[in-house]
Amino acid sequence: MPAGERESARQPAQIANPIVAALEPTAAPLPGGEKRLELRHISKSFGGVRVLQDVSFDLGSSEVVGLLGDNGAGKSTLIKIITGVHRPDEGEILFGGRRVGGLTVQKARALGIETVYQERALADQLPLWRNIFMGRAVAGPLGFLNVGEMRRMTAELMGESMGFTSAVLTPDTVVKGLSGGERQGLAIVRALHFQADVIILDEPTMGLSLKETEKLLRFVEGIRTAGKSAIFIDHNIFHVYSVADRIIVLDRGRVAGQFPTSRYSLDELLDIMREVALRGTFTEQERYRPADRPPGPASQAGEEQE
Amino acid sequence: MNSVVAPVTPPRSRGALTAFTTTWASQIGITVAFLGLWIAFIVLAPSTFLSDRIYLAFAQTVPYIAIVALFLTMVVIAGDIDLSFPSEMALGMVGFVFAWQATGSVELGVLAALGVGALAGLFNGLVVTYIGIPALVATIGSWYLFRGLTLVLVNGKSYALVTASNAPSYDLLVGKLGGVVPMEFVWLLVLAVVAWVLLNRHRLGQNAYVTGDNGLAAGLMGIPIRRTRILLFVLTGVAAALAGLMNSFQIVNFYPTMGDGFQLPTLAAVFVGGTSVFGGRGTIYGTFLGAFMIGAIQAGIVAVGLTDYYTNFIYGAVILAAVAVHALLRRRFE
Repeated sequence: MPAGERESARQPAQIANPIVAALEPTAAPLPGGEKRLELRHISKSFGGVRVLQDVSFDLGSSEVVGLLGDNGAGKSTLIKIITGVHRPDEGEILFGGRRVGGLTVQKARALGIETVYQERALADQLPLWRNIFMGRAVAGPLGFLNVGEMRRMTAELMGESMGFTSAVLTPDTVVKGLSGGERQGLAIVRALHFQADVIILDEPTMGLSLKETEKLLRFVEGIRTAGKSAIFIDHNIFHVYSVADRIIVLDRGRVAGQFPTSRYSLDELLDIMREVALRGTFTEQERYRPADRPPGPASQAGEEQE
Repeated sequence: MNSVVAPVTPPRSRGALTAFTTTWASQIGITVAFLGLWIAFIVLAPSTFLSDRIYLAFAQTVPYIAIVALFLTMVVIAGDIDLSFPSEMALGMVGFVFAWQATGSVELGVLAALGVGALAGLFNGLVVTYIGIPALVATIGSWYLFRGLTLVLVNGKSYALVTASNAPSYDLLVGKLGGVVPMEFVWLLVLAVVAWVLLNRHRLGQNAYVTGDNGLAAGLMGIPIRRTRILLFVLTGVAAALAGLMNSFQIVNFYPTMGDGFQLPTLAAVFVGGTSVFGGRGTIYGTFLGAFMIGAIQAGIVAVGLTDYYTNFIYGAVILAAVAVHALLRRRFE
């Protein structure tokens, strides 16, 4: 399949996504084409089990990277290292070209990384506003909350971004009563509200209806349009392929390969995935094209190096 | 397609009354239970419960359990529990006795007691969060440990506090405001406001709710879980030491087994007030009313004309009834 055709198929004309529109292109362009995020030689073990081994990858601005891999491939550990939940045993993490040590969740969020963990990261018995501002409460220097401000902002987000128009849903409604789709809207709006430059979506299509999935994929497109970057983790290669600029396949803690979607058809990728699953690596060297080139319509550089 | 926003399905419509009841289910439950018990006492013993004397008596005795219950509520909301507070009440008093006898200053004694309470709470918090022992088990251990420490330090002796009772801090803690209102009650009101603000209008409370509701989410979203839990144990330790001071000052005596009689009533006040044993849910309002319900039962039983033998039976009935009201309201409205 020619690359140009794929490109246009992947870019729906109407990406009018108010969430993204409301957030504006806050992501400042990076000087000198630096990467938003770079991981270098990351390794991590839990109790003697090597979960990640020498993993390196990067994320450019306005880029959506899909992270694929079987259960136990190390996807969620990798995400938790980027978000500061776990510390890597070896390797370094760079944000916008600057090395960051001792990363914590607070630090990562301050650096502009937000994660949509789905409903797993919502507090069921708490009102919407406490969920939106979880870990990022609007508070004075002594820690006293500005509840009025948080309620007001939540109400605004509910109307503008979540599309919660029902009058009985207020910022004080507890999350427990929300539908799956509503909860997901909440999780996404929470990640977006804080002007993140990098948005990580952890299995975002899990448990969604077809229609909701479609909306979600369109929303991921919007992230790129707004000049932000995203890492999209999913089991489902069809979902990832339709929105990602580049797909990184993890297998048993290693990067098995990186594949720009502009140069690999879905069928090719499925073959590769199958092979990775069987052998643990991808060995078709003649077809492997290094991924640190700018993604895009079959770049000249790509042809020259082959 | 321009109206497409976050990938959500449109919300189902819900009745406004249901929404109101859902938000306030817990408070409605405890208020109904509180009024029910109060009306029952008024009907059964009008001469006692329509005079002001019984209420002045409650205003002095209920704060001993209520002050601890306020902060214990926050510990439970964060998903922990503290059973060691009766021993913290006594251990704090050891701090008082030692500092008072060494310096002759009651005020320094009071500060020492509060400091010891804070240290005892810190010990609980560190054991629970850093060693990772469930709070239920850890604080059974520290309950024995602090009680044992108290007995060893004072050699099992009681202390008369008569000579301390002229100090200003004595009046400040257990005097009578305007010659009528017990200072214990004034402190309870002040601390209830403090606890309410901390729980509802401060980062500490936000973090406590999130930690208790979904500890995994709290970790993923960068909530300082350990610090929050430790701080709540410390506050409970300080509150216990304060209650210990008040109780000892009131009876002008400190005996090293002091406090154990408060354990179950205090815990009952927290749970009768609608705080969930699973964490993430609870209110200061509920605990406040719960403490007065529990505190009124004993006097009420006598006033109604029943023998003291009914006490435990009625405690049990009231606790179960109140908790059942909470459970039913929750199932109906949430």
